[in-house]
Amino acid sequence: MADKMKKLNFKKFLKGNALTYLMVIVAYVILFVMQTLGLLSNSLSGFLVPICAYVVMAVSLNLTVGIMGELSLGHAGFMSVGAYTGAVCSALLADLIPFAPLRLAIAMVGGGILAGLVSLIVVVPVLRLRGDYLAIVTLAFGEIIRNIMQVIYIGKDANGVHFAMSEGALNMAEGGKMIVRGPMGVVGIQKISTLTMGFILVMITLVVVLNLIRSRQGRAIMAMRDNRIAAESVGISIAKYKIMAFVTSAVLAGAAGALYAMNFSSILSKKFDFNTSILVLVFVVLGGMGNIRGSIIAAAALTILPELLREYADYRMLVYAIVLIVVMLVTNNPKIKPMATKFWEEKIAPKLPKKKAKEGVVNGK
Amino acid sequence: MASKTKLVPTPSIGLIPERDAGKRPILECIGLGITFGGLKAVEDFNLIIGRTEIAGLIGPNGAGKTTVFNLLTKVYQPTHGTILLDGKDTHGMDTAHVNRAGIARTFQNIRLFPSLTVEENVAVGMDTQMKYNMVNGILRLKNFWKEEKMVHERCLELLSIFHMEHLANVKAGSLPYGAQRRLEIVRALATCPSLLLLDEPAAGMNPSETAELMENIRKIRDTFHIAVLLIEHDMNLVMEVCEGICVLNFGRIIAKGTPEDIQANPAVIEAYLGKKKEEA
Ligand SMILES: Nc1ncnc2c1ncn2[C@@H]1O[C@H](COP(=O)(O)OP(=O)(O)O)[C@@H](O)[C@H]1O
Ligand SMILES: [Mg+2]
Repeated sequence: MADKMKKLNFKKFLKGNALTYLMVIVAYVILFVMQTLGLLSNSLSGFLVPICAYVVMAVSLNLTVGIMGELSLGHAGFMSVGAYTGAVCSALLADLIPFAPLRLAIAMVGGGILAGLVSLIVVVPVLRLRGDYLAIVTLAFGEIIRNIMQVIYIGKDANGVHFAMSEGALNMAEGGKMIVRGPMGVVGIQKISTLTMGFILVMITLVVVLNLIRSRQGRAIMAMRDNRIAAESVGISIAKYKIMAFVTSAVLAGAAGALYAMNFSSILSKKFDFNTSILVLVFVVLGGMGNIRGSIIAAAALTILPELLREYADYRMLVYAIVLIVVMLVTNNPKIKPMATKFWEEKIAPKLPKKKAKEGVVNGK
Repeated sequence: MASKTKLVPTPSIGLIPERDAGKRPILECIGLGITFGGLKAVEDFNLIIGRTEIAGLIGPNGAGKTTVFNLLTKVYQPTHGTILLDGKDTHGMDTAHVNRAGIARTFQNIRLFPSLTVEENVAVGMDTQMKYNMVNGILRLKNFWKEEKMVHERCLELLSIFHMEHLANVKAGSLPYGAQRRLEIVRALATCPSLLLLDEPAAGMNPSETAELMENIRKIRDTFHIAVLLIEHDMNLVMEVCEGICVLNFGRIIAKGTPEDIQANPAVIEAYLGKKKEEA
C-alpha cells in the first residue's frame, strides 16, 4: 500500500519530463555522431555550443518569465557576467589545471556563482516592482553591466593578477598577458567548450529547473504567479521564493555565459546587449510560457535557422520573421491554440504517435 | 442545534458560547478601523470569537464585511485598533505571517491557483509545514519523497471532506464554480488554522450544495476544533449554522447576539432584512 503510494508519487513527478530528457539525449547522440564522422559543415559545427548555451539561457529565463511570471529584459547581463568570469577563471587556471573539461567545469561554476551574486543586487527591485516597471529596471541592469564590462582591464604577469579601469593603470610587467581588454572584451580565450560539455550543462539545467518546478518550491513559485494574494494568504513568503527563482535563473545564465565564451577566441561585451536579452525572451515566448520543452526546441531551432537559411540570403530575414509570427500565433493565440491542439490530438497524433507535438501544432495552422 | 447555544458576555467587548467561556478567545478585535481617503470603511469594530465558535458576519452590500476580513488578514493594514489572535497582538505582521499565526481565509471573488491541479492547490497550503529545502528537492533526496508522500496523503484526506478526491489531478481553473469554492476551503484548512474566515462560501451554490456546505462547516469545526467566522447573504445558512452573529452597516456594528436576538432586533430588520424585502 505504502509502496503503491510512493509509485504514484514517483510517476507524477516524472510525468512529461521523460520525453524532454529523451529528446535532448537523442539530439545530442545524433549531433555527436555526425560531428565525429565529419558530417557537419564547419560553420554548422561552430553552432553546436551556442545552441547549448542558448537552450540553457531560454530554459533559465523561462523559470523567471514563465514559471515565476515576472518579465525580465536583462537576462543577457547575467550571461555576460558568467562569460567574463568563466573566461578569466579559465585563463588564470590554464597552467594549474591542464585538463580542459575540468577547467571549463570550474569556469562554469565560477561564472554561475558570480552571476548569482550579481543577481542578488537586482533582486531588490524584483521584490518591489512588478510588470512594466520591473521590465525597465532589468533592461537598465543589462545595459549597466554591459557598460561596466567595457572599462574592465585584467592582466596577468609574473607578479600576479592586475585589475584596473584603464589599460595604462594595469602596470603590467614585461611578458604579461592581457586577459580582459576593456572595449575589446576578453581576449586570447582557449576554445575549450565542446558539444559534450554543452550537453552536460543542458542536462544539469533541465534537472535543476524541471525538478524545481515539481517540488514544493516550484509549486509555491507558480502559486505566487497565479495569485499573489492567495499565496500570501496560505503563508507563502513571496520574497523568499522570488529570490530563489530569480537567483537560480541567473546562476544558470552565468554558467551558460561561461560555456558560450569559451567557444570563441575572444568575446565582446557587446555580444550580451539588449538584443540578446530579447532574443532569449523570444525563445521563451515562442516555446510557450512555462513550457520547458518548448523553450529548448525554440532556442535550438531559432539559433540554427539563420544558418540553415544562409543559401537564401535575400529571403532569410523574411522567412525568419514569418516563422516567428506563425509560431507565435499557433502557440500563444487563445483562439488558435485550442484549435491546433484539437487538430493535433484528433488528426495527427493517432497516425504519428512518435513525432513531436510541436510539429503537429504548426501543421494545425 | 444552533439555537441551543447560549452566549455569555466576556469582560468588555463581546459574547462567546458558554462552552468557550473561561478559555482565552481565539480572536479579539478592539476598536478596529480603516479609512480609504476619508471614507470610513470600517470603524470601531469590536468582536470576540470563542475557540470553537461558528460566528457570522452579516450586513448589506458595501457594509464593510470583506474589509474586516482584509484587516484581519493584513491585506490592508488597519489605521486604528488592535487585533489579538489567541491573545497575541498581530501588529506588524504581514498576510503570510498572520496565516502562519493561525488565520486562514477564502475569498469572495475566488482566488485559486488556476494553472495548478486541485491537489497542488491544497499542497501549496501545506508549504509552511514542509521542511525539505531546494537542494533536497532538486536532487530528489529522501526528505523530498517522505514529505511529498505525507502531503499527498494529507491532501487526499482533506479533499475527502468535500468528496473531491477524484478531482485531485484536475486543473483548479477548470472546476465548476461550487467546487472552486469548496477547494478554497480545503486549501485554507490545509494551513492548519485556528480560525477560518469564509467570505460568502455559499455564493453561487444551489440549495442542495448549500445544505451540504452547512453540514460541512459544522463537521470542520467538530473535527478540527477551530473557530469559524463567515460572511454570508444566505440567511437560512447563517441562522442555522452560526452561534453568534455580528451585523455590520456602513462600517459599524449595529447588533451582536444569537440568531434569535438578531432576527428580533429592530435595527437589524430596518438596516438589513427590511431593505432586502424592499429590493425584492
Ligand atoms: N481598497 C479600497 N479602496 C477604497 N475603498 C474600498 C476599498 N476596499 C473597500 N472599499 C470600500 O469599503 C466599503 C466596504 O466594502 P466591502 O468590505 O467590500 O463590503 P462588503 O460588506 O460588501 O463585503 C465599500 O464602500 C468599498 O467601496
Ligand atoms: Mg464582500
